[in-house]
Amino acid sequence: MKYLTEFRNGEIAQRIAREIQQAVTRPWKIMEVCGGQTHSIIKNGIDQMLPAGPEASIEMVHGPGCPVCVTPLELIDKALAIAAQPGVIFCSFGDMLRVPGTDSDLFQIKGRGGDVRIVYSPLDAVDLAVKNPDKQVVFFGVGFETTAPANAMSVHLAKRRGLTNFSVLVSHVLVPPAIDAILSAPGNKIDAFLAAGHVCSVMGYWEYPPLAEKFRVPIVVTGFEPLDLLDGIRRAVLQLESGRHEVENAYSRVVTYDGNRAAQKLLSEVFEVTDRAWRGIGVIPKSGWRLNKDYRDYDAELRFHITGIHTQESPLCHAGEVLRGAIKPAECPAFGKECTPRHPLGATMVSSEGACAAYYNYGRFLSAEELASAGSGLSGAAHV
Amino acid sequence: MSEPSNTGTPDFSNWSCPLPLADYPTIVMGHGGGGKLGNELVEHLFLPAFRNPELENLGDAAVLELSSGSFAMSTDSFVVQPLFFPGGNIGELAVNGTVNDLAVSGADPKFLSASFILEEGFQLAQLAAIVQSMAAAAASAGVKIVTGDTKVVERGHGDGCYINTAGIGLLRQGISVGPHRAQPGDAILVSGTIGDHGMAIMSVREGLEFESQIRSDCASLNGMIAAVLQATGNAVHTMRDPTRGGLASTLNEIAISSNVGVAIDETRLPVRPQVQSACELLGLDPVYVANEGKAVFFVAPEAAECVLEVLRGHPLGRDAAHIGHVTTEHKRMLVARTAMGSNRVIPTQIGEQLPRIC
Repeated sequence: MKYLTEFRNGEIAQRIAREIQQAVTRPWKIMEVCGGQTHSIIKNGIDQMLPAGPEASIEMVHGPGCPVCVTPLELIDKALAIAAQPGVIFCSFGDMLRVPGTDSDLFQIKGRGGDVRIVYSPLDAVDLAVKNPDKQVVFFGVGFETTAPANAMSVHLAKRRGLTNFSVLVSHVLVPPAIDAILSAPGNKIDAFLAAGHVCSVMGYWEYPPLAEKFRVPIVVTGFEPLDLLDGIRRAVLQLESGRHEVENAYSRVVTYDGNRAAQKLLSEVFEVTDRAWRGIGVIPKSGWRLNKDYRDYDAELRFHITGIHTQESPLCHAGEVLRGAIKPAECPAFGKECTPRHPLGATMVSSEGACAAYYNYGRFLSAEELASAGSGLSGAAHV
Repeated sequence: MSEPSNTGTPDFSNWSCPLPLADYPTIVMGHGGGGKLGNELVEHLFLPAFRNPELENLGDAAVLELSSGSFAMSTDSFVVQPLFFPGGNIGELAVNGTVNDLAVSGADPKFLSASFILEEGFQLAQLAAIVQSMAAAAASAGVKIVTGDTKVVERGHGDGCYINTAGIGLLRQGISVGPHRAQPGDAILVSGTIGDHGMAIMSVREGLEFESQIRSDCASLNGMIAAVLQATGNAVHTMRDPTRGGLASTLNEIAISSNVGVAIDETRLPVRPQVQSACELLGLDPVYVANEGKAVFFVAPEAAECVLEVLRGHPLGRDAAHIGHVTTEHKRMLVARTAMGSNRVIPTQIGEQLPRIC
């Protein structure tokens, strides 16, 4: 697997980890913005490779960059209501199916006879609309800047083909306003950011220098493989230790300063900036996209006029504080008790990228000492 | 007990529907009605394909002659979609699945039943191809299909063809294996690459086209397992075939049943590059992806090398690997050492793996 195995080299990883160990002199909190990065950190045990001393440490804080987690409950409920309607084919990315709405989830809607389908691309949903002219095909267009170009393309194509049975339930959210909101929040503890590499592959990183300047934080554009993450952390640490606050690109094999101009052009043709509610966080001004007036006919919210949605979040769930980095998943009183991947109270326990699920699955109830002893057990066995 | 015959495997490559089946190129409700149409299906399709003395009696039950001893019995239903996939079809799965369940229980599989639930309108030619594959798989595994049933459901009430098989096997003398018998210190071996079947199914089900085709590993494992048991006997404590839920689910189940910790080294897991790539693309983890022709062995550490040698000497075990060991640490959990040198817990999945958004 070219471009993957090179970035999973254990020896180089250990070397970068040692560099980080040597550079750190104080406790630092670094937020990785993207859920994909959270997933990779936990899956590869990157957090165990970082300094954890009383005086010098690095704590990785998991950011709000998981589309499954931050899509507002009201929109999930609308999705459920639309998906339950006869004559609708409701298409979604796989991991939205288990996200709990107020009373149900898409899996349950499917079980009750709703035509809910997992697709890998919104363009597959457009094809379904072409093949099923007697059905209304709705695509659940959630995600950050990363998934937006394909979603924009689906609407663009549907309009060009004159499809009247295709629409998108849009809830796009944007990274830079979220970083701004986190840093502006009272009691913010984040010292540096790893910006989401895939978001930047679309948008470039020209939006970040003003943020780095305004809040005096290092922002490092970072990829997703173990070496990418360790390199991003190393660069952030070196900046913090030398008192710098710059925007750096540690993912230059994918990301350029300008980003993908063709994608940005399509995005500006189809979407316009809007205020968005983030699940667990609240409304962040100008933090999302919606279809603009030229494409509003393809907006599923307008087409289906769903009313009477009364949302109710679980009072036990502290997902918002987790997403803001205010608490660690295990500090939530419901974590691993009332709230598990089997019975998630909040979306962060559902998605494989969600901070709570990542903690539960990969660090489940294991203390650092227990994990270390598991390691010594492995290396101590001569036959393995 | 008479030995299963390996001769007389029907060749359906030039199969064409003899009259009167030709009157009905598709399954109709009458094929499950217990009348003439159903009898014709038995006479012209099932009997020629599966022919053996026990089946030929065509009684309400097959009468089997069994030597004394202990027997293992297992049943499994098969609802795979699509019915035909690269490397196999539902018929092969139905035979091999039950054969493998018996084999990993330490039994020598002998007899199978086969029960079909067909959807009205199902192509008879497709059924013939499935039945032919079952006959070939049974012959290759050395088992006889001795009884069966056919039901037809109305169009829209089935998915073409569902198959249930049940099987009986003779337990091998002096062998005692089970999911509860894994012991601290045991070496853990897997007989080959993981995730092939699941990704083969997904590649056709989702219409994903990869540069190189991924084929299912569907195979009967009783021959390979017999070779291992013959060579090492009691040194094998636990055997499982990691089907649905993949290797991770099987290892977690064993960790819980035996009340031990299971430790594996991720870098030692055999995974085909095309399977790994497809998993990366879809955001899946091969440890959770289904296999249909692989076995996991928990063996006494001193027998590990011998078992590995026997496995690698068998055509189905060429890629066998020693992937980990049983420990008294982290009881009831599966912990993997990552390529980074760190450790991660691999939990049991809640439901099926869902492809991630991005």
